[in-house]
Amino acid sequence: MATVTYDKASRIYPGTDRPAVDALDIEIADGEFLVLVGPSGCGKSTSLRMLAGLEDIDAGKIWVGDRDVTNVQPKDRDIAMVFQSYALYPHMTVAENMGFALKIAKVDKTEIRQRVEAAAKILDLTEYLDRKPKALSGGQRQRVAMGRAIVRQPQVFLMDEPLSNLDAKLRVQTRTQIAALQRRLGVTTVYVTHDQVEALTMGDRIAVLKDGVLQQVGTPREMYDTPANVFVAGFIGSPAMNIGTYKVVNGAAQVGTGLVQLSREAIAGIKDDDKGMITLGFRPESLDRAAANAEGAIPVEVDVVEELGSDAFVYGRVPDAFAGAADVKFEAGDSQVVVRVDPRDVPAKGDTVWVTIRNGEQHTFAAASGARLA
Amino acid sequence: MPLRITGAADAALMDLPWNIPLSAWPEERIAALPRGLSRHVVRFVRHGDAVLAVKETNPQIAHREFTMLRELERMGAPCVHPVAVVTERRDASGEELSAALVTEHLAFSLPYRALFSQGLRKATLKRLIDALAVLLVRLHLDGFYWGDVSLSNALFRRDAAEFSAYLVDAETGDMHPALTQGQREYDLELAVTNITGELLDLQASEDLDEDEDPFEIAERLSQRYEMLWTALTKRETITENIPLHVAERVRALNALGFDVDEIDMQQTADGAALTIKPKVVDAGHHSRRLLRLTGLDVQENQARRLLNDLDEFRSFSALRDDESFAAHQWLTEMFEPTIRAVPRNLRGKLEPAQIYHEILDHRWYLAQAAKHDVPMTVATASYVKNVLPSKDDERAVLGRSIAEMTAELPALTAEVGTVWTETRDAHAIDNTYGWGAVPAPESEEPATVRRETTRKPVTSVPRARLANADDDAGELDGEGF
Repeated sequence: MATVTYDKASRIYPGTDRPAVDALDIEIADGEFLVLVGPSGCGKSTSLRMLAGLEDIDAGKIWVGDRDVTNVQPKDRDIAMVFQSYALYPHMTVAENMGFALKIAKVDKTEIRQRVEAAAKILDLTEYLDRKPKALSGGQRQRVAMGRAIVRQPQVFLMDEPLSNLDAKLRVQTRTQIAALQRRLGVTTVYVTHDQVEALTMGDRIAVLKDGVLQQVGTPREMYDTPANVFVAGFIGSPAMNIGTYKVVNGAAQVGTGLVQLSREAIAGIKDDDKGMITLGFRPESLDRAAANAEGAIPVEVDVVEELGSDAFVYGRVPDAFAGAADVKFEAGDSQVVVRVDPRDVPAKGDTVWVTIRNGEQHTFAAASGARLA
Repeated sequence: MPLRITGAADAALMDLPWNIPLSAWPEERIAALPRGLSRHVVRFVRHGDAVLAVKETNPQIAHREFTMLRELERMGAPCVHPVAVVTERRDASGEELSAALVTEHLAFSLPYRALFSQGLRKATLKRLIDALAVLLVRLHLDGFYWGDVSLSNALFRRDAAEFSAYLVDAETGDMHPALTQGQREYDLELAVTNITGELLDLQASEDLDEDEDPFEIAERLSQRYEMLWTALTKRETITENIPLHVAERVRALNALGFDVDEIDMQQTADGAALTIKPKVVDAGHHSRRLLRLTGLDVQENQARRLLNDLDEFRSFSALRDDESFAAHQWLTEMFEPTIRAVPRNLRGKLEPAQIYHEILDHRWYLAQAAKHDVPMTVATASYVKNVLPSKDDERAVLGRSIAEMTAELPALTAEVGTVWTETRDAHAIDNTYGWGAVPAPESEEPATVRRETTRKPVTSVPRARLANADDDAGELDGEGF
């Protein structure tokens, strides 16, 4: 087991100016499950492949434990890429399927058997070791495939979108299994996905990347509660956070006719190039229905109500008529606001509902830079 | 959204039963039944004259693999031909079905398992490995990282005395401007592991002799790869007789089957020496030369063999000075008559160029025995009579892919229609008797290809129980009387 450290590691593809991964700085603790997440092209897979030794590191370093592996070949890094798609060989026993690759590495027979048995114990496959794969269920076969990586006893596991070719239902099952297994094994794991739900449910910590630049790294709770910038705020959470840029009037943001009071830190953080504007974020689940004349109430004109049984979501707009419309810019669709409402009390299409942001669940960002203010 | 087919301009593709899951396609469509534990359902489907491989997967993966295969094909890499991606499939009740990637089955190609079922000699196995090493080097030169190199993810075609390998599964691959050393080494490591596993499995099923060492054979791939890669990309430092050294390097690469399109020459800092490194190399040196001379499009080693024959022909020809004219004469006097002399019903056995190669070999043996030269016509007649009929038909051997191997797993035992019978007219313009009389063992019946998968459906009653059942039946009979 070991820690993994990205020390300002960069990858610049030949013939390009902009780094695919730009001075990535992450310290991954021993035994930690770290998820790299971001939209396609953000550099998450490249970052993983840099750790695997498949991409050159053009600047900075990567450490596994206290060993600098920057210029070490993949097979000498003591790292295992885990595939979900290993072929199982039907005429070999489960034990042979799991252990044969160790023979290539010249591990001796008794040692192989020991490692296979240890892995089988963790994977609940002990009683099947001497059977052929055809005696196993689908889930057990998948665990044999995992076993092939486990017996190598690597310092680090790497997984690159391992669930991408499974259907939605199987994906949910498998992601729970992988997360549980990783905790039992306690092996440092770096996992790449584009799916923020996968990231939130699996990772001890999540690292969000965009355009090759690390935006934030933290626990799922931190990412959700205190996103470091507008991008992270909009990326983490489903449905996405409502984000808009508004005029600041007497220490409050003017949202439609509503005035949303801003914290002192937020006001203090506003700079000249923000031009008197502020970016305000509030999650659909951070809103309470309120009276029209309540302090800080925002009007929302209902377009669609989506009922999910346990929840209901209102998709609506802050009406233009309420002035300052030109300044209202939401990231997710034009001035669209999503509100979670009590499913037993849903408004009708065309109604206007008034909502206030729950105390302490307001996010403010600098209008120019997008960095978090409070 | 309605069904959507992106790819080949082939309207008949629409007629395939896309509204049914692939696993339930009607028997008459299916050419063989490889399906199983593999991530996806894969089946071979008859479509007009061709055999198509259809793989069900999600739309992103299908599109990605399709684009990748197209790109590889455009670069001239040996791979299967991508036909189409089918998306927005729905069944009769409107339920969504998986997207599908359609590729064309490579005619005369053999999955490695089919070669093993023919009783594989050790030398053949080594040739398979060598072919895979060449394929891997070619893909790596093109900047393709395979990610899952194995015998089952390639197809093999006979290529004179050797084999050529073709990439079949590009799903795990990635295209890069150039590969890093790490990517190449990792690909190679995966290859060695996968091949070892495949060979161990063949030993476990007693298809490969116990005396063979799977570890040693798999390791051969990495040795062959390194040898070829070094020969193609090594930077040399020359201090004297530069033109000779450059010419020698080019000739050495030609001998390996590669053309050098660009060479990078640099003076060393002190100006005393010159370093040379091939910059752009292209596989297919011999096949391109043969194509230019004769219009025949064949594989590299076949081309090498045919060119040798052509050179020999030319040395006896009155037109020896004019290479292209001699080539034309060779084509019309040697190659074409020989191929036309093969009866129509035997033409599905091997590719024409492969048949020509084998006849050349056969001729050599005849000459050895007779202690004098044997004319091509005689060698052809003898080959057609004595050798070719006993060969397997290899035009469309589907054999056992990895998917089919895993289909032996229990959830998938309800196999039907493992026999594929097909009538075909491969050569529309038949010139069987266009070139004199041939002792043709040809019947009046149209050519019939009968392929049976090597795996039987698990429906038979075990022997022990069968014996009991017979006893029971006997007793019942007794009671009846």
